[in-house]
Amino acid sequence: MAAPRAGTRGVRLPALLARTLLALGMAAVPALGGVLPEDEADVMYHSYSGGDITVEGPSVLIRKKVGDNLSLTYNYYEDMISSASIDVKLSASPYHEIRKQNTFGADFLHGKTTYSVGYIHSREPDYVADTTYYSVSQDMFGDLTTITLGYRRGWDNVYRDLCAAPHPTNEECPAIINDPTFHQRADHWGYTFGLTQILTRNLLANLNYEIDTDQGYLANPYRQIRYQSPGGPGFTLAPQVYPGTRTSNAASVLLKYYLPWRAALTGSYRFYHDTFGITGSTLETDYMLPAWKGWIFDGSVRYYTQTHASFYSDLFPYANYSNFQARDRELAAFDSWTLGVGASYEFQVPQAPWIHKSTANIRYDRMMIDYKDFRDALLAAQYGAGNEPLYKLDANILEVFLSIWY
Amino acid sequence: MRVRQVRRARQHEVEPGARRCGAALLAALALAAGLAGCTSVEPWVKPYEREHLADPIMALRGESIAATYRDHVFETREGSHGATGAVGGGCGCN
Repeated sequence: MAAPRAGTRGVRLPALLARTLLALGMAAVPALGGVLPEDEADVMYHSYSGGDITVEGPSVLIRKKVGDNLSLTYNYYEDMISSASIDVKLSASPYHEIRKQNTFGADFLHGKTTYSVGYIHSREPDYVADTTYYSVSQDMFGDLTTITLGYRRGWDNVYRDLCAAPHPTNEECPAIINDPTFHQRADHWGYTFGLTQILTRNLLANLNYEIDTDQGYLANPYRQIRYQSPGGPGFTLAPQVYPGTRTSNAASVLLKYYLPWRAALTGSYRFYHDTFGITGSTLETDYMLPAWKGWIFDGSVRYYTQTHASFYSDLFPYANYSNFQARDRELAAFDSWTLGVGASYEFQVPQAPWIHKSTANIRYDRMMIDYKDFRDALLAAQYGAGNEPLYKLDANILEVFLSIWY
Repeated sequence: MRVRQVRRARQHEVEPGARRCGAALLAALALAAGLAGCTSVEPWVKPYEREHLADPIMALRGESIAATYRDHVFETREGSHGATGAVGGGCGCN
């Protein structure tokens, strides 16, 4: 068998996958105390392009009430990934793969309380994740306040792909298989608390707190660290070693205000810290403005900054420098700005009177990341290891979707 | 060097803090439910005064299928995650 498929999961870290599943699962089941979600169907095409990675695919969401107290949800989501990222170019070969995810959810309404349960299954060639989630929402104080508590549990199986046929390192492998000697597990627990408060007839507040624990194999099996060595490009690659657990705390506050000319202004802040040593802050503002008949326009600005993990280094001084070692970009220090615009058009479907509302939507975001301690190692021969220019990533994100309510 | 200070994490135990937090959250829900049942709070924003809040543009997370996709994009490229908020005070699965 040939060497590991030299690939890297340039688009995600395995430890993040379960949370990603949950984020997507939320699309399927937004719990609301006292009110079941409306019957709805969405069809979306999404695309991400940046850093020589393209991720695109469809998503379908169907939500339907059964009787007065039960709402069922199904969501299909697909990522078609094509990657030749900087990580791939450094130590791997380009790859294509597909991730498919199915979500099943149910909301049950009893008085002013909504109980939600769900199951999410995600599968890609080298990663299988199963997640269940449970939440309860309660309206109180004259329906001015909604409190939500949630719990989730995830079980992941991590595999590593190999290239079973000889091929040039800069070309895609023609025959990828799972490495029979590599199978790892990762478990996830998450607890959430949410509070939505009506403050005035024009102002809403939303507070969220979340604590997560991940345990098991949390590293990316494809990515590698580099350490200084004489000769060649001035460095040698070696496997990453992550801690076996990670616990994180995140808290956010969001305010949304209705402006007198029928527009909505949103401001939010999130603070994050985890046992890897990463501290992050996210600031975002959004302005939504209905224009002429049927149209709603939206603009947003998002700023994010984080410190690096305590065991992260772009270039370690020598082999086995510390017990934990990582060079994942997601663990580096960086700042990012994301500018977004969107438009939504509401229209009628005359041949389908059972559809009482339908919208066509498009949204574009431009994300710009400036890394503070992740260098473009592909330029080591030109600048010397450790002196390469800092890496920058610009990405285009597009969503196009149709929604109907029935 | 900072990387030398990293201690090997326990490989097979859930963080005690996470368990304590879970218990605290459950206790908070029980307390809140109890308060809701035992107290009578006069809403300072009457139901008929919530027309603006019911406008679709005031939905906390906008179009959910798109909002959660954006969360997915950011989470896979950033070290932070969680507490992104959800309709109605946060679904249990942030």
